[in-house]
Order: sequence, then structure tokens, then C-alpha cells
Amino acid sequence: MALLQISEPGQAPEPHQYKRALGIDLGTTNSLVATVRSGVAETLPDIDGQHTLPSVVHYGEQGVEVGVPAKNSSLIDPENTIVSVKRMMGRGLEDVDSLGGVLPYRFVTAPQGQNEGMPFIKTRRGDVSPVEVSAEILCALVGRAKDTLGGELDGAVITVPAYFDDAQRQATKDAAKLAGLNVYRLLNEPTAAAVAYGLDQGGQGVIAVYDLGGGTFDISILRLEKGVFEVMATGGDTALGGDDFDRIVARWMLREAGVDESSINSLQLREAMVEACRVKETLTVEPEVEVGFGEWSGTLSREQFDELVDPLIDRTIRAFKRSLRDAGLKANEIDEVVMVGGSTRVPRVRERVEGFSGKQPLTSIDPDKVVAVGAALQANVLAGNKSAEDMLLLDVIPLSLGLETMGGLMEKVIHRNTTIPVSRAQEFTTYKDGQTAMAIHVFQGERELIRDNRSLARFELRGIPPMPAGGAKIRVTFQVDADGLLGVAAEELSTGVKSSIQVKPSYGLSDADISRMLKDSFEYAGDDKDLRALREQQVEADRVVEALAVALEKDGESLLSEGEYTALLADLESLKHCRQAGDAKSIASEIERIGRSSEEFAARRMNQGIRQALSGQKVDDLEEF
Amino acid sequence: MAITVTEAAARHIKGQLSRRGKGLGIRLGVRTSGCSGMAYVLEFVDVTDDGDQVFEDHEVKVFIDPKSMVYLDGTELDFVKEGLNEGLQFNNPNAASECGCGESFSVDAG
Repeated sequence: MALLQISEPGQAPEPHQYKRALGIDLGTTNSLVATVRSGVAETLPDIDGQHTLPSVVHYGEQGVEVGVPAKNSSLIDPENTIVSVKRMMGRGLEDVDSLGGVLPYRFVTAPQGQNEGMPFIKTRRGDVSPVEVSAEILCALVGRAKDTLGGELDGAVITVPAYFDDAQRQATKDAAKLAGLNVYRLLNEPTAAAVAYGLDQGGQGVIAVYDLGGGTFDISILRLEKGVFEVMATGGDTALGGDDFDRIVARWMLREAGVDESSINSLQLREAMVEACRVKETLTVEPEVEVGFGEWSGTLSREQFDELVDPLIDRTIRAFKRSLRDAGLKANEIDEVVMVGGSTRVPRVRERVEGFSGKQPLTSIDPDKVVAVGAALQANVLAGNKSAEDMLLLDVIPLSLGLETMGGLMEKVIHRNTTIPVSRAQEFTTYKDGQTAMAIHVFQGERELIRDNRSLARFELRGIPPMPAGGAKIRVTFQVDADGLLGVAAEELSTGVKSSIQVKPSYGLSDADISRMLKDSFEYAGDDKDLRALREQQVEADRVVEALAVALEKDGESLLSEGEYTALLADLESLKHCRQAGDAKSIASEIERIGRSSEEFAARRMNQGIRQALSGQKVDDLEEF
Repeated sequence: MAITVTEAAARHIKGQLSRRGKGLGIRLGVRTSGCSGMAYVLEFVDVTDDGDQVFEDHEVKVFIDPKSMVYLDGTELDFVKEGLNEGLQFNNPNAASECGCGESFSVDAG
């Protein structure tokens, strides 16, 4: 039997109409699930009162375990216990290799035709993909939510890091599908945190989201304008978090106790880490704390602790600075700072962030839960439980999307920072006479030449009716859905032949790659412009050479004197040479020159064509009667 | 007759009100719809309506419009926990039958 929740005035749902909608923070270390009940967004605890679910899956002899029991297996059975699977989502085998030799798993390549390019992990229960591992975590959260809410779920909003690319987002959606979960949409984690604080209601401003979790640090600079969140810059450190704080305290403790770090066993080390974590947490509220390890005991004051962790915090502030620079902003232009992640409870962290940004950071919502809470608020709106005008949340695409045109040039169809969902179409044409197929090669990036951008997918449009060059009209449509996933379709307009592709790139870019690509596009803007001009002229030269060569072969002998013929041939050679060696300007003037020198030839050809057409006419007429 | 609120329900409602940060109390009501004819309404109250009847039990104010009162008189509002699931439940002596979900009910004619 359903138990009733108190609704906001005037918003009591029709019976059976209230849709149970979840916000899910699918984290690297821990995951959470939240929902809106009685007008309040809250995370849901398990039967033991634990809100966080360790993002750990153990493929055991008896079955699959998720969460705390799985975490306990990680020491005993590391090969079959998958931790930090989020780092492997949507990545290729080579990316996973570059994550470092620290992963104890045995990777295998995916079976043919199935999540190609994605690494599978060998476990005693068979080879599993990161998507399947994530689905196990989602299943555990969904099960908890069903038990708590007493009924079927309508759907969920799942959060992902702002720097997640298409492949990583698609992998996350696939995991949800596998878990039987309807995904309303994916939401960027920093955006979710800002939503939790209701900043989306505030109109506009620059919001910095400082996310210091257990093992990773992310900084995101968002700009909010007219209800649209734009991710201006992201940065961080994938190997910096609360665990490093514990490690640094544990080291201090061992030093004070006169214990050589290399001489202790893993159990003692674990004990030291647990004590260090307790010390850190106690110092969040107390000015000093008693510390004990083995026989040794002492005290650690908050000042000493601050001194120990300052070098770690320095690293976060440096990343913060870099991101601001990438966004083209100064610290005093930040309107709000949102704190996310358990490690932002450390008073020194708050102090330093406030010192740098000049803004008192928002900390009133539990930093472990804030992302899930924001996702739940968004899910509640998308489920239709609240009027839509309450919150219309949009994201933007981080890098421009386009395709390759002749000469290896990037033709941007959707520019970066366009709000999504979006659909844009552009018409292209054939380059050669009688061309019946066209390759559509889709790229992501800001540079003018495709070789500097990232290839996402390629497909071919076949069955174009043979026409003179430039005759066919091919409409290419780019569509990006609310989750930032791209679909590209091409259609030849006169015949209606179509071809399309759903972009699911084999592996992805890191946040550093994205910012590097952006930076490069600024740095090389001038070079790119020149190169683009050159390529355009080269393409034009090729077109002229091709057309003239065809014309010479067909009508050269009949319409030109030998002298004229050789002169034009020489011009053709000279243009070919110039195309290889010259710059954009000289190629352009060479094209112009050859245009003039072949004018007479073109005129004669045209006359001949007219004569033929007219005589043809006569023949037709004759046959008609 | 009156509307009563159990101690557990009162504790829950007070907690919800303080977390919400505002509100005079809660509104109980009845709406015609649902699989068994009538559906319960349970909302926070920021503004009272003319004709509202107000009951106070365990320091919780309960507002009811006169039309709904006919169907709810004598109802006890209870707080129930079933495993992870928790929420409020109407123990309504007027309800002749309830649909299995507890979100709607019907009354005997006459």
C-alpha cells in the first residue's frame, strides 16, 4: 500500500499519477540516489541507514555483490572486484592502459560487434564490460529506491562529469538501459550541484563548482544566462582527493611514532589510514585531537594539520586558477562558489577557496549529497511532477561539430556553446562530374583543418544520381539530443536517398584534451586561417585543372590550333605546379590568369554546344513529324 | 467528531514543516477521482481558505475544507514505516472500500 507524502499547496497529485523520479550520482568512489518527497529533495538510505553506496562490484563465487560487501572483497579478491569503473567508461583499451599499471584487472578486447573498442574485464563470472559493471551499481540503487518509494519508477536523471565526451555519456546511458532504467537525461555534475542550491533560479552569473571527492578533484566554471548553464572551463586532478589527505596524516603519524613506512605490513598501513581519516574528521570540528598508533600516542592541532595539507590544497587552487584563465575570467568575476565532495568539509579547504575566490563558498547542503539532490530536483521536473516553468535546464556542447570538406577542411555545422538539444542542417554538393557517392566524415573540434580535430565517425551516402559537379544537393543534418549525443543524417534531395549514423565513438577525450584542443584553436587561429585559405585555393585549383583537362581531352584538338593547345597545356602545368608550391594568393592569381587564357576556348566550346543543341533540336523536330 | 493525528504522524509532519522552512500546517482533503472514486489530498498550508475547519492535535494544525470534512470526519492520520518506505496513512471510518494502493477510496451511498 502506498503511503502518502505531503505535497506543496495545490500540487497534490492525482492518485497513481505521481511519478517516482530519481536523481542518481554515479560516482567514481561512491554513488547515491535521491528523490523529491513532500517537496524536499533527499538522498535515500539503505536499510542500515547508509546513504552512500560504494561504487564497487564483486564478482564472487556465490554471486554478484555491490557496495560495502563488495568493497570488503577488494583486498581478498582484487582481480574479481571492480572499483572505479567510472574511469573506464567509454574508453578504449589503449586509454585504460594509460590510466596506469595500477589496475589489477585482466583486460580483453570486446567481442566483435559489441561495444567495439571498449575493454572487457575478465572475472570468474565471465568477461564483463564497464557498462555492465555500472549497470550493477545502478541496479542496486534502483532496488533501494523501489523499496523506499514502494512502487515502480518512472525514470531518472544521472549525473556525469562535465568533461565526459559522447562515448562516455553513451556508455552511461547504455548502463542505465541495461539496468532497466528510463533515463530522462544526463546532467553535468557541477550543473546538478548548482541546481541543488537553486542557483538556476537566480538568473545569471558565473558559478565555480569546486569538487574535492575521495580520489578525484574537479573544478568547473559555469556561466548561467537565461536559464542556460554553459560549461566555460573544466579542470582538475584525477589523482587528488580525501585519500591523499589521509595518506599525508598517516605519514606524519608514522614519522612521529618513529615507524619506518616500508617496514609495516598492509594491515598496519590500513590501520594507520583509518586512524588518519578519523583524525582528519575530528579536526573538522575540534581544534586538536589525540592520535594513537600502536604504542605511540600524541596530539595533532588544526594548525599542524593545515600545514600538512596545504601543499595538497595548493594543487587544487592552481587548477582553479588555470580553469579561470581558460574561461577568460578573473577571480573577482565569480558570483558563487559551490562546494562538492566530502573533502570540502575540511575547514582549511573552505578557507583557502574563500581566500582565492573572494566569495564565501556555499556549503549548507551536505557536499556528499549535493549532486544527487540537484539531479533529483531536475528529475522531478522532467517527470512532470512540477510545472515545467519551474526549471528549464539546458546545457551546451563543449566542442564544435562538423564534417570534412574537400581539402581536409573542417566545416562546422554546430558551433561550440550552442545550447542543446539542437538540430542544424547544411547543404553540400558533389565535387566531380558523375559523382555517385559522398563520404561524410564527422569531426569534433575548433581547428580549421580536420587533421587537428577529432574524428567521431564516418559513413557514405550512396546512390546519388550522376550529375555534373555541383549539381547534386545533399542536405546533412546534425542533431544533438538533450544528453549531448550526436546523430548525423545525409539526404540527396532530388532522389531522397538517405544515410545516417548515430555517433558512438570508440573512445574518448579527457578534460585535459578538450581544454588543450580549445587552447590550440586560439593559439593557432592565425595559422589556421592562412592554411584554410590555402586549402580553399588548392581545392579550387584542382577543380579548374580537372575541368580544363577534361575539356582539352574532349574538344582540344577539334577547337584549338596546335599553338593554342600547347599554350593551354603549359598553363595547366603551371597551375598544377603553383598549386603544390605556392601560397593562397599566388594560386588565386594563377587561377585567375588561366581563367582569362582559357576564355576563348570556353567560348568556342559553348558555341559548339549551342550548335549541337540546335542541330539536335532539328533532328528531334524531324523525328517528331 | 474531529480529525486526529497520532504522535508519530505529528512528529513526522513537524519535521517536514521545519525542513520546508514555512507553513502553517497541513491540509487534508478529498478529490473525486482515482480508481475507487475518491482520492486523498495531503498538502502543506501557506494560506488558509475561507470556511476551513482547523483541528489541532499533538501541536499540529490540520486544515480541512467543509466539503471534504463530510468524507473525512473521524479520520486518524497515522505515520507508517514499511521497511524503507514511510509516509502518512488515512485511517478513515467513512471509507467503505479502499483500492489496494491506499491513494483512493469510496464511501457507502446513503
